[in-house]
Amino acid sequence: MIAELGLAALWLAAALAALQLVSGALGLTPKGAALAGIVRPVAVVQGLLALTAFICLIYVFAVTDLSVKLVAMNSHSMKPLVFKIAGAWGNHEGSMLLWVTVMGMAGGVVALIERRLPERTMLATLAGQAFVSIGFYAFLLIASNPFERLSPTPVEGNGLNPLLQDLGLAFHPPTLYLGYVGLSVAFSFAIGALVTREVGPAFARAMRPWVLAAWIFLTAGIAAGSYWAYYELGWGGWWFWDPVENASLMPWLAATALLHSVSVLAARNALRAWTIMLGVVAFSMSMVGTFLVRSGILTSVHAFAVDPERGSFILVLLAIYIGGALTLFALRAGTVTEGERFALVSREGALVFNNVMLSAILGIVLFGTLYPLVAEAMGAKVSVGPPYFNPMGALFVVPMLVVLAVGPLLRWRNDRFGRVGGRLVIPAMLVAAGAMALLVMGGVSLLPFLGLVLAVGLAWASLLPLRERKLRRTPLAVWGMVMAHFGVAVSLFGMSSESAFSIEKLVAVNAGDTTEVGPWLVRLDGVEPVAGPNWTALEAQLKVRYKDADPVMVRPQSRSFWTPPQQTSESALLTRWNGQLYAVLGGEGEDGRWQLRLWWKPFVTLIWIGGLLIAFGGVLALIGRVKSDLRRIIARDRTADRRESQGR
Amino acid sequence: MAIKAKHQRLVLLAIALIVLIGAGLLAAWALRNQASYFYVPSEIVADPPAPDRAVRLGGMVEQGSLRTEADGVTIAFVVQDGDARVPVRFSGIIPSLFVEGSGVVAEGRMGRNGVFIADNLLAKHDENYIPREMQEMTTAQAERVVAETR
Repeated sequence: MIAELGLAALWLAAALAALQLVSGALGLTPKGAALAGIVRPVAVVQGLLALTAFICLIYVFAVTDLSVKLVAMNSHSMKPLVFKIAGAWGNHEGSMLLWVTVMGMAGGVVALIERRLPERTMLATLAGQAFVSIGFYAFLLIASNPFERLSPTPVEGNGLNPLLQDLGLAFHPPTLYLGYVGLSVAFSFAIGALVTREVGPAFARAMRPWVLAAWIFLTAGIAAGSYWAYYELGWGGWWFWDPVENASLMPWLAATALLHSVSVLAARNALRAWTIMLGVVAFSMSMVGTFLVRSGILTSVHAFAVDPERGSFILVLLAIYIGGALTLFALRAGTVTEGERFALVSREGALVFNNVMLSAILGIVLFGTLYPLVAEAMGAKVSVGPPYFNPMGALFVVPMLVVLAVGPLLRWRNDRFGRVGGRLVIPAMLVAAGAMALLVMGGVSLLPFLGLVLAVGLAWASLLPLRERKLRRTPLAVWGMVMAHFGVAVSLFGMSSESAFSIEKLVAVNAGDTTEVGPWLVRLDGVEPVAGPNWTALEAQLKVRYKDADPVMVRPQSRSFWTPPQQTSESALLTRWNGQLYAVLGGEGEDGRWQLRLWWKPFVTLIWIGGLLIAFGGVLALIGRVKSDLRRIIARDRTADRRESQGR
Repeated sequence: MAIKAKHQRLVLLAIALIVLIGAGLLAAWALRNQASYFYVPSEIVADPPAPDRAVRLGGMVEQGSLRTEADGVTIAFVVQDGDARVPVRFSGIIPSLFVEGSGVVAEGRMGRNGVFIADNLLAKHDENYIPREMQEMTTAQAERVVAETR
């Protein structure tokens, strides 16, 4: 019953999306102006219906209704409740339903609260949003119905991939999806502006909070995903250049560029066509990512569906939306008038440089991700990994970070390096001192070396925009920028330190043996069997000791799940202020010795702390922007009221 | 900056295009050199890759070839596809479903002495998942492998 309710809600939502598209498009014509009034309410109801369908799916998963095929395939009555609920989106159909739900809700929220856009642009935007939604509704209803029934009802479900049975999973995909799909709003705004040719600071101010919000979720989602891979896979790494990771990184790169160019448009009315272009590109990258992950072209824990029909369906959607938007852009970009001019040495100039670098990095990641697919089509099986991505990425990241240190100090429009040079003396000295120290130490390879010294200089330089300001009166948006840029330095330091200073030890030990890894002494007390709700495990009892501190127990496990039968390795992490001890239990050898893999990773946690700082900087900026926008709206309303009362 | 104001848009566009096209060309060049190719044993024996080049080797773990060295964490085994045999060494935590007679993809490089040094082993990790390359072995290879391992 609930499943049918969900399906009905989904069909209704799809129908309303069609109505929203038609009424929005007709509303733009002189004859159809009467229809314009229904667009906003339709968008809101469409979002609510999609949400209803999603809640229905969560419900059938929560009660483990095995007559629903999706539940039977992906869930199990013995699973803890939180993983039953998370299982609703831990599969292809459910995650696509989450996609359209976020998309519908985003459109609904825009329709409900966005009042700054000119009404015509608003109509075009909501029509655009509906146009994109329809394709994904069709994909769900035709090729991946999440509410399909199964007859006869099986006695028990297949269970969920144990790698996904983790609290990280419960929050990581929805966060990432809010970001991915949130960018659809920027896409629709860009389409709306192209249709009505109204691009300017007011448009940018309206678009900015939506871009910021999507970007915050993307940032947090990527940081969380990276930490999940780090502790759940047990390989000790935090980023694998896996195509699925790249699929989340590419929209982030585009969104980061968009975030900065939309600020230029808002403040200075420049970069008009470029901002529109990035709006199109950012969501296109989200869709490319979905195609890569959902088409079954990739084999990984993320690729649920191996079904060529679905792959072709998404590919057609991609061609329609990306191709359509780019064609519209090509036709209309010429009519978007040129914005204000600026000198190359100026805030705008630095932001343009940062945008070009981000685009180049995006291109590099996109090439590297697609290359194996292209090569395979031509008969060669290749994979592309760190030896390509790391140096190629660094080639553009390093200059970008140098400009990132200088850019925020420059004035809008026109400036001289001489004016800001004095303030950069201390960061430059920090960089030099760091470089000297590392050279004396020796043994650090080029990329971590550059990363460490740049991180130190950037950390200082990122705080400089606060100088000569009264801290109490500094706008929140500036605090947000400073915090995000500081976060970049923190994260970079963590990455470089992990790469330069990690100590790894791989040993086979008997119970009672002690081994040394960096400043730690690790003693295996024994290996014991333990049991969880749907798994059993062997658990190593490790007594570890940091220098002269008191010993602490850490317990890595090797887990065996029953449904489906699968083994996973649960690494154990011990966090100290200056790094993490990472322990993995391997198998037992024929001689009775246990394999242990141990790492001491100095300052590795800074990677994710930096990521959170970046996201939190975004939150501060968002609050600041929304507050000042509200103030502006209130002021305008007051003026209007006053005029009205004077007029009487 | 002595750029004529009215040309600014063009100049910016040109610079951006040059950087992006440059990045694209660099990427294409780096991909040719850094992409890691997939080999089956008969291919890697016939035409071995350069010793420092990262490649992947896929095949079946030969019955009776697996042994653990004295340190307890290094294993040596032979990967074969019915035509050729390649000795492989690996130090690390062994994937739980890595057993003799099953398929494996080893990531690593070919040593000068003809031994493949693996940094990572991808074994079948549940009954549904097999490394992608293994699915696409030619039927003839697969049949031989099946015949061999029985």
